[in-house]
Amino acid sequence: MTAPAHSIETLAARRRRRTSRHRLTLGILAGLVFALFTLTMVLGQSYTPLTTVIRVLMGENVEGASFLIGTLRLPRALVSVLAGLCFGLGGVVFQIMLRNPLASPDFIGITWGASAAAVFSIVVLSLSGPPVSIVAVVAGLLAALLVYGLAARNGVAGARFILVGIGISAMLRSVTSYILASAPAWSLQDALRWLTGSVNGAQISDVLPLLLAFTLFGGLLFTQRRDLEALRMGDDTAAALGVKVARTRILLIIAAVGLIGSATAITGPIAFVSFLAGPIAARIVGGGGSVLIPAALVGAALVLASDYTGQFLLPTRYPVGVISGVLGAPYLLYLIVRINRKGRSL
Amino acid sequence: MTDPRHILSVTQLSAGYGEIEILKTLDLDVPPGKITVIVGANASGKSTLLRTMSRLLSPTAGQVLLDGKSIHHTPTRELARKLGLLPQSPIAPEGILVDDLVRRGRHPHRGLLSSWTRKDEEAVEHALTATRTLDLAERPVDELSGGQRQRVWVAMALAQQTDILLLDEPTTFLDINHQVEILDLMVDLNRARGTTVVMVLHDLNLGARYADHLVALAGGKVHVSGTPEDVLTEDTVRSVFGLESRILTDPTSGRPIMVPIGRHGMLDGHRLAEGEGHE
Repeated sequence: MTAPAHSIETLAARRRRRTSRHRLTLGILAGLVFALFTLTMVLGQSYTPLTTVIRVLMGENVEGASFLIGTLRLPRALVSVLAGLCFGLGGVVFQIMLRNPLASPDFIGITWGASAAAVFSIVVLSLSGPPVSIVAVVAGLLAALLVYGLAARNGVAGARFILVGIGISAMLRSVTSYILASAPAWSLQDALRWLTGSVNGAQISDVLPLLLAFTLFGGLLFTQRRDLEALRMGDDTAAALGVKVARTRILLIIAAVGLIGSATAITGPIAFVSFLAGPIAARIVGGGGSVLIPAALVGAALVLASDYTGQFLLPTRYPVGVISGVLGAPYLLYLIVRINRKGRSL
Repeated sequence: MTDPRHILSVTQLSAGYGEIEILKTLDLDVPPGKITVIVGANASGKSTLLRTMSRLLSPTAGQVLLDGKSIHHTPTRELARKLGLLPQSPIAPEGILVDDLVRRGRHPHRGLLSSWTRKDEEAVEHALTATRTLDLAERPVDELSGGQRQRVWVAMALAQQTDILLLDEPTTFLDINHQVEILDLMVDLNRARGTTVVMVLHDLNLGARYADHLVALAGGKVHVSGTPEDVLTEDTVRSVFGLESRILTDPTSGRPIMVPIGRHGMLDGHRLAEGEGHE
C-alpha cells in the first residue's frame, strides 16, 4: 500500500505509472499470443525450424514444409487468433454492459443463434463461405434482439436478460442438434464443430472474412468504448454523463454480436472462450484500465492454447471447444457458488 | 440585467411510469445560484421530478426548460455539460480507483479521440480537493466507507463542471455526521462557484436547514414553495405528511425545525385538542 498522494502532481505521476504498467500488461499479453502462435506454427506432430517457417511465409517453396505450414498450420493459427479475438472482445462487451460475468454470449443465445443458423444454411440450404457468415451474424443478432425484447420491461435487467437467454439458447441448441442428426452425410468431426467448436479444417479463405469482421465490428466498438465504460456505472449515471443509453446499447450489441457471429460461423461455438476471457483479463489488468483489448488478447491466447492442448498434449485429439469447455465449466461453477455465498441474486 | 447562469424551470409537467401518472401538471422555477431542496412524502413524486428534470424520464406532458429550451430536445452531451446529476444508486465498477472514477466525470467534455487535457486535469484536481478525496484518490472505491464513497461520487459530478447539479437523496444510508458533511459540501460548492443545486432530501429538518428555496410536493404537484420559514409550517407538515407537529426555531441557524407530535410521550398540559391529530 503506497502512501496517499497529497498533491495532484504525485497523483498525476502515479497515474502515468499506472498507464505505462497497463501498456506493459498489454504488451505481455500480445507477446503471449505471439508465442502461442509461433508454437502452433513450429511444433506440431513434427518440428519445423523457425527459419523454415519464415521461408515458407515469405513465399518460398520448401519441400515437405510448404503444405504443412501454408495449408495446415498457418490457417489454423490465424483462424484461432482471429476467432479468439472476436470471442474475447464480443463476450466482454456483454459482460460489461449487463454488469454480470454470466452475461456471456455462450449463455444468452447469441452463440447458439449463430451456430443454428450456420448449420441450417450449410445442411439445408447448401450454402458455403461468406454467405454462411452473414446468415450466422444476422441470426445471432436476431437471437440477441429476441432475448432483449423478451427481457425488456422498464429497462433491461441483467438477470432477466440472462435467464431468457439461457432458455433461448437451449431451444437453439436443440435445433442445431436436430439438423445435424437429420443430415446424413455428416461426419462426427463436422458435427462436433457445430456443437463444441473446432478449428480443424480451417482454411486460408476463412481468414479474410474473419479479419474483415474483426476490423469492422471492432472499429464500431472502438467508437463506443468510452460510452461503454460510462455504462458500467449504471444507466442513470451514464445518461447523466451524456451517454445516449439506448442507442449506445444497440450499437454495442451490434458490434458484439457481429464479432461473435462471424467467429461462430467459421469455427462453431468454441465453448466458454467469450465467457472466460473477460474475467481473466479483468484479473490481470486490475481495477484501473479498460479490459476490452486485454479480453480480446486473452481470448486469442485461450483458443490457441486450448487447440494446441487438444491437438498434441493429450493422448487423443480433441477439438478446441472440448478443451476450452473443460476450462470454463469449473469457473462457471465457481461463479455460481460465489454468487450464492454472497447471497445476492444474479 | 441578465444572469449568466443557466436557468432551469418546469412547466405543466406530467410524468410517470407506464400507466401510473405521478407528476400532475407540475410547475417549478429553480432559482439560479441557489440551493433548492425538494421534500415530500413517499410517492409524492420527488424522485420522479428529479429524474424528469435530468432527462432520465420523458414527460407525458409539459416541459423541462433549460434557458427556455426543452431539455428533452437538447443533444445529450451538450446537456451533460450544463446539467449534472448524482443518481440515487450509482454503481462503482469493481476494483475501480477513486481517481479513475472521478475522471469519468469528464466524459461529456471529451471527444472520440481527444486526449486528456490540462482543463480536464484541473477539473479533476478541483473536484478531488473540494470534496477532500485527494487522499483517497488511489484507493479502490469498493473499500471506502459509505460517507467517503458518497464524497467520491460528488467529486465525479463536480468534475463534470456543470452550472446546475441535481442530487437524488444524496444523504440516504449515511450516518448523520456524513449527511451534514455532504450538505455542507453542497453549500461550499454553491458559495464558491455559484452552482445551482437541486436536491431531493428525505429529512425535512435538514432540508429546511440547508435550503435557500424549499419545495414541498404532495400528490404530484408543488404544494408550497419558498423560504424554509414560509414553507415549513405546521399546516404544511399536516397536509404533506398528515402529521401533527410543532415548528421551533433552531437556535444555531435560526432555521425552522419540525418536531413531530405522536400519540404518546406527551407531557401533561400538552394534550391535543379533541379530534386533532387524527384524520
